[in-house]
Amino acid sequence: MSRFIRPYGDTMNDGKVQLSFTLPVENNAHGEACAKAYAETLKIHDVAVVHAETLSEEYTFFVVYGTASEQLDPSTIKATEVESDVMDKAEIEAFIEKNFNRTLTFIGASTGTDAHTVGIDAIMNMKGYSGHYGLERYKHINAINLGSQVDNEALLEAAIEHQADVILISQTVTQKDVHIQNLTAFIELLEAENKRDDFIVIIGGARISHHLAKELGYDAGFGPKKFAFHVASFAVQALLEKEKNV
Amino acid sequence: MKLILDYNIVEACRKDAEIIASQIQTMIDQHSTVAVERTILRMLGIDGVNEFDIPYVNVVVDHIKSTADIRKGVAYYLAKVIEKENLTPQAIAEAISKKTINLADYDSPEKPNIELLTPHLETTEAQIRAQKATRKQWQKETQFPEKYVIVATGNIYEDIEQAISAAKKGADIIAVIRTTGQSLLDYVPHGATTEGFGGTYATQENFRLMRKALDEVSKTENRYIKLVNYASGLCMPEIAAMGAIERLDMMLNDSLYGIIFRDINMKRTFVDQYFSRVISAYAEITINTGEDNYLTTSDAFDHAHTVIASQFINEQFAKKASMPETLMGLGHAYEIDPNLENSFSYEIAQAQLSRQLFPNAPLKYMPPTKHMTGDIFQGTMQNTLFNIASVITQQNIHLLGMLTEAIHTPFMSDRAIALNNANYMYKAFKDFAATIDIKEGSLIDQRAKTVLNEAKQLLDTIREEGLFKTLEKGTFAGVSRKETQGKGLDGVFKKANVYQNPVIDRMLASLKEGTS
Ligand code: B12
Repeated sequence: MSRFIRPYGDTMNDGKVQLSFTLPVENNAHGEACAKAYAETLKIHDVAVVHAETLSEEYTFFVVYGTASEQLDPSTIKATEVESDVMDKAEIEAFIEKNFNRTLTFIGASTGTDAHTVGIDAIMNMKGYSGHYGLERYKHINAINLGSQVDNEALLEAAIEHQADVILISQTVTQKDVHIQNLTAFIELLEAENKRDDFIVIIGGARISHHLAKELGYDAGFGPKKFAFHVASFAVQALLEKEKNV
Repeated sequence: MKLILDYNIVEACRKDAEIIASQIQTMIDQHSTVAVERTILRMLGIDGVNEFDIPYVNVVVDHIKSTADIRKGVAYYLAKVIEKENLTPQAIAEAISKKTINLADYDSPEKPNIELLTPHLETTEAQIRAQKATRKQWQKETQFPEKYVIVATGNIYEDIEQAISAAKKGADIIAVIRTTGQSLLDYVPHGATTEGFGGTYATQENFRLMRKALDEVSKTENRYIKLVNYASGLCMPEIAAMGAIERLDMMLNDSLYGIIFRDINMKRTFVDQYFSRVISAYAEITINTGEDNYLTTSDAFDHAHTVIASQFINEQFAKKASMPETLMGLGHAYEIDPNLENSFSYEIAQAQLSRQLFPNAPLKYMPPTKHMTGDIFQGTMQNTLFNIASVITQQNIHLLGMLTEAIHTPFMSDRAIALNNANYMYKAFKDFAATIDIKEGSLIDQRAKTVLNEAKQLLDTIREEGLFKTLEKGTFAGVSRKETQGKGLDGVFKKANVYQNPVIDRMLASLKEGTS
């Protein structure tokens, strides 16, 4: 059933939106007119520039309210989500016991120049995060966390050495798309070494989505509010699928 | 508003910290590093890069390492060459790069005539003194807290735009954040740079460009705008020297941060830190220490005492470098979980405790970062509470919290919103602290006492086991590091008997005389 929606202010489909942005213009009548006109180019009408603040002679910050004219049929929109059943820790352990007659090795790192470790630690270390234990505490999982600032080459080398089943990569710094460069380089390295099919490769970080992961050639991507059980649920099912196919 | 503290405990903390720092100082005094040696070369006036973009100071040190004896130090070799050849240090460096001179040929049993280096050092020292005089002229009365914001576009020219805007909106201090990865480079890049990630390269030219822009805006605003960068990582003393020459006013300077968060070898960075703090003391650069960062990985409530213990240790390390307390920007942070009941009171206890323990230090107070989320509206409230805590406990270097902390490095508008928030709270709470007392036995009183006691216990343990062992145990930030591991260890060496560092000797002498 198709149903069209617009943003909600206080009446269904009134299209009310709030917006704030900076323009390289002076803060005066002309500047405000620019802000209003600019909002209109974004298909917002009844624009009210409710606040204009001087940032310096040439820059002004605007807060704008208006009515968005575009509408949307939500039934036509698809989200890219990790498609696997989510299991809890005990279920994952039972799943491994039932389907694999070995311990699974997960190797992870925060790679490139990235020094952020809290994200990868949240997934891998004993303590976990927000009350969810990390992979290290799972039975039948051998979790090896290489820490931060790990080169792509070093990560792959370690993965081969430990005969890892799953590689976990964390990327937190995303400014100027530094993470895209680094993540692309890792996939290229895997392919150049003919190793892409040897591992399930999963990425994560505050600005990482499953969509991005797929686009870059990874098996899955996890962002905020995802914990070890989400990652392990996906990984063990993907591994089983992969091993069935060989 | 005052906490009633047992100053016997405070004194005992200082005593412990002094012993801890002395243990490390023994190791420091026996060693030098490639970064220390490069710094001496910079102070002798060597600058620039060769045709392969390698800084001349690296060329010289690498040359000595591979063909001569680095344990004797660069001063030894340069003095010997100058005695024989009548060349300037720069000319010697260029000759080494062209391979027309080999320093190994100058090794000889006679003592080097180190005095020959003096005129070259005097030139650089005069530059630094002139910068100090300029800064003094500007600085009348500093307003507290000083509002500190960061720029981090990766492009120095874009950074300048953002810095000017921030200064005009009332920022007192501009920090140019360094690009990710720079702290692990064992050289300082050269020239103006326009590409960086999460920050901008620290280069001498970038320092100069930003200082010039801030001098201009200082004039139009009639208020001195301070400039901050990072003397941390593998090039600590070199960057401190560049900062001294280009009149940076403040520099992050903390080995513990490098050890814990960048995996830099502890021996390397303690030796580097000592020299960099001497330079900062000499150049009257305020240092910023980094213990606030422990709370980004450890819980702010449970590990509050680790911050206090670290402040005591950092204070003693700075004292060893003859740094006056007025330049010690010891760090701490408002990183408490906003879901915790009474979170604000706990933070007041912590901030007021730091204030009273280090009454002469220009404390550096970091805003909420860890518990900032994509909810920018909630984030604004967290920043407001932080701003209130900062004013009423009289912090000095007040890093402004950004509502988009969890999202990106600050937009120009984020900074303006932060400045408005801080200005509002300063005004609203101006005389608030003077009108209230902390009741004995109250939550804040109890909390401060507990944290101080825990800090004391921790310092006792560190004193007994030594700082290296503590770092190995992962006491700070829950990160464990080993003495024999980490980046930059191959750049540490034991000094030979003939080794001399004339820069440090001259600076310390001048600091002791108080005539610097
Ligand atoms: C803590 C912190 C630090 C600490 C890091 C300590 C440490 N050992 O990790 C310190 C102080 C050292 C630090 C330094 C820097 N930081 Co920082 N830091 C943060 C902060 C405050 C919190 C990050 C965090 O720990 N979040 C908590 C964790 C649990 O969340 P998470 O990482 O998203 O992880 C979850 C998911 O994403 C997922 N996940 C994460 N990784 C993985 C991996 C896999 C495989 C999977 C499946 C899932 C997964 O699971 C986790 C649990 O749900 C953020 C701001 C913020 N509030 O977000 C800035 C922030 C991330 N830092 C930032 C920057 C720029 C830096 C620096 C580069 C600054 C500089 N120029 O020096 C340096 C790093 C230098 C370098 N070489 O990398 C920026 C990044 C901007 C951007 N988008 O590019 C931020 C956003 C701050 C800002 N607004 O400027 N930082």
